Amino acid sequence: MIERIRHRGPDERAVYVKERVGLAHARLSIIDLASGQQPMHNESGTISIVFNGEIFNFPELRQELIRKGCRFRTQSDTEVILRLYETKGEECVHDLNGQWAFAIWDKNEQKLFLSRDRLGIAPLFYTQAEGAFIFGSEIKAIFADSRAARRVDTAGLNEIFTFWVNLPPRTFFENIRELPPGHSLTLKDGEVRITSYWRLDYPPAPQQQRAVDERECAERLLELLVDATRLRLRADVPVGAYLSGGLDSSVVAAIVRRYTDTRLKTFSVTFEEAEFDESRHQREVAGALGTEHREVPCSYGNIGRVFPRVVWHAEKPFLRTAPAPLFFLSRLVRESGYKVVLTGEGSDEIFGGYDLFKEAKIRRFWGVRPESQMRPLLLKRLYPYLPKLQAQSPAYLQAFFHVDTRDMSSRLFSHLPRWELTSKLKMFLSPEVLHRVADSDLYGEVEAQLPEDYDRWDGFSRAQYLEAKYLLPGYLLSSQADRVAMAHSVEARYPFLDHRVVEFANALPPRLKMKVLREKYILKRAATGLVPESIRNRAKQPYRSPDGKSFFAGGAGEYAEAALSPERIGRHGIFQPAAVRKLVEKVRRGHAIGIKDNMAFVGVLSTQLVVDQFIDHFGEVQ
Amino acid sequence: MKDILRQFINDNFLFGLQGRTFSDDDSLLEKRIIDSTGVLELIAFLDATFSVKVQDDELLPENLDSINRLVHYIEKKSKAAA
Repeated sequence: MIERIRHRGPDERAVYVKERVGLAHARLSIIDLASGQQPMHNESGTISIVFNGEIFNFPELRQELIRKGCRFRTQSDTEVILRLYETKGEECVHDLNGQWAFAIWDKNEQKLFLSRDRLGIAPLFYTQAEGAFIFGSEIKAIFADSRAARRVDTAGLNEIFTFWVNLPPRTFFENIRELPPGHSLTLKDGEVRITSYWRLDYPPAPQQQRAVDERECAERLLELLVDATRLRLRADVPVGAYLSGGLDSSVVAAIVRRYTDTRLKTFSVTFEEAEFDESRHQREVAGALGTEHREVPCSYGNIGRVFPRVVWHAEKPFLRTAPAPLFFLSRLVRESGYKVVLTGEGSDEIFGGYDLFKEAKIRRFWGVRPESQMRPLLLKRLYPYLPKLQAQSPAYLQAFFHVDTRDMSSRLFSHLPRWELTSKLKMFLSPEVLHRVADSDLYGEVEAQLPEDYDRWDGFSRAQYLEAKYLLPGYLLSSQADRVAMAHSVEARYPFLDHRVVEFANALPPRLKMKVLREKYILKRAATGLVPESIRNRAKQPYRSPDGKSFFAGGAGEYAEAALSPERIGRHGIFQPAAVRKLVEKVRRGHAIGIKDNMAFVGVLSTQLVVDQFIDHFGEVQ
Repeated sequence: MKDILRQFINDNFLFGLQGRTFSDDDSLLEKRIIDSTGVLELIAFLDATFSVKVQDDELLPENLDSINRLVHYIEKKSKAAA
């Protein structure tokens, strides 16, 4: 099993098997290089742990435990979790500031305890098969155990072709479960119990109108971000940073330079096509901060060629090629001798940076007067970087973005356009698959997972919740972050996802996050004087990469042709061969200019590749 | 002309899928056959196939939103050009 995920920890490997328990670990040595080996046990051998991730506040926790009489044998954060568990049991997770997936075998209690960090940075999957409970950081480790059956879960497929992600604990594979972020699991006497120890929370809507001192909020935010970043520099190896050219990664890099004495190396990906390339802004930030900057160029051909490997690491279908360039970026990091990077991920969720939040605001504003001819024109302001949208006439904008009055009362209002658009991709599903999912009520399933107080939150907070609960862990932190970083044994760290920063941001009134249509207002205020003004005032440019073109413009079409051939499509039975053929032709001719067609192409191709790699030819993939 | 337009819409927007039928008068918007970039694909097709250049102020559902409206619009533009 552990061999399958060696990329996550190439430095050391160890296995512990005793009685009916087996723990295995692949180590990426970052803290306490000399003595932090795992699986780690207490002196009496009654408690054993395997742990992936980092506990950033481990020195403070260690001191506190020593004061209480604990004795430590190592300098590692792993031992801190072990001792904390000895002291506090399952409640230990509340004290941790970090990103983790760990498993503790408590021999005296005959109990297995699994835990995953609050936001879902570190992955953790499990299954039960033939009387065994099998878990791992990646699904491929679980599949290495022949007891775990490898089958597509049609309901999981349906979720991805609606939400982009699965609703945990469901995954793309039948009977493979994901431990949801902010949850722990115990297995005792054959019984699995899953409990939530933390969740995203927002104040009730009336409280959001309260008066707050903006200056104080900005100062407090900066303090928290500085501390979150400082903690994430803790490592016994050098720490680098990604620079996207946008505000968030610039803030992180600037904090490192301004508030610590760390010499910083920064890493960026650049594109041939101006529509995607941000190298000018990346270089500007690197120059202003005086970092040692490195770039990796990413061409259409690069994306197309590497795509199957990215799918292998992501372990599920995805709808855009955006993870692929980040695969190259992590390779650059590793080749530069680094294995830890800071990134700006998470800021858009907690400070309302995404267009989706603006779009929801405009749609609400418009929905109050649906007949307005002027209000839909605000949509043009929303997507200045989408030339295809800018070319639309007001009449067509009105027609396409029409706000249905029924939508206005939906609890999921903010996300309906995205989910409706994504659902259109299901037109390519085979009649058999469509029949199997015909009775599903996916929006109902989301609603059933909403917390009790969700309806008391304002619309902006609800939108933030849905985004941070689902897309963040299910796609951005996994397919587009952990998996492509760990593909090259690189650990990404996220100062914006320090739970203290998240809790502070969630408690702020929405007007401090989006002022009229100005996104991340409070963060921009906090960043005054920290990053170049041109970056601070730059309009949000979402990270995107070329989609359909990548597979035919750069000579990567051969495997795509094979994976999408009518024979292969027919054999897998998930999609309709003739329709996919026409889609492939459209993409090949360069006529697929819209988001939907490109998403469909990438979604169908990645699904086919997942089935090829994980079901049909699992043993053959290296 | 209707056949050419229908073929284009079938191949390009419906990917030849069975079960998605529409009449010559059906609204492509209401039937959710065409989306925002689909309109731009349609414009490119009209130019390439019928040498019809759609002006910004003609980018209206009245001109483009059904097979019959498209036929009428193309004929009107062709006459004007002749």
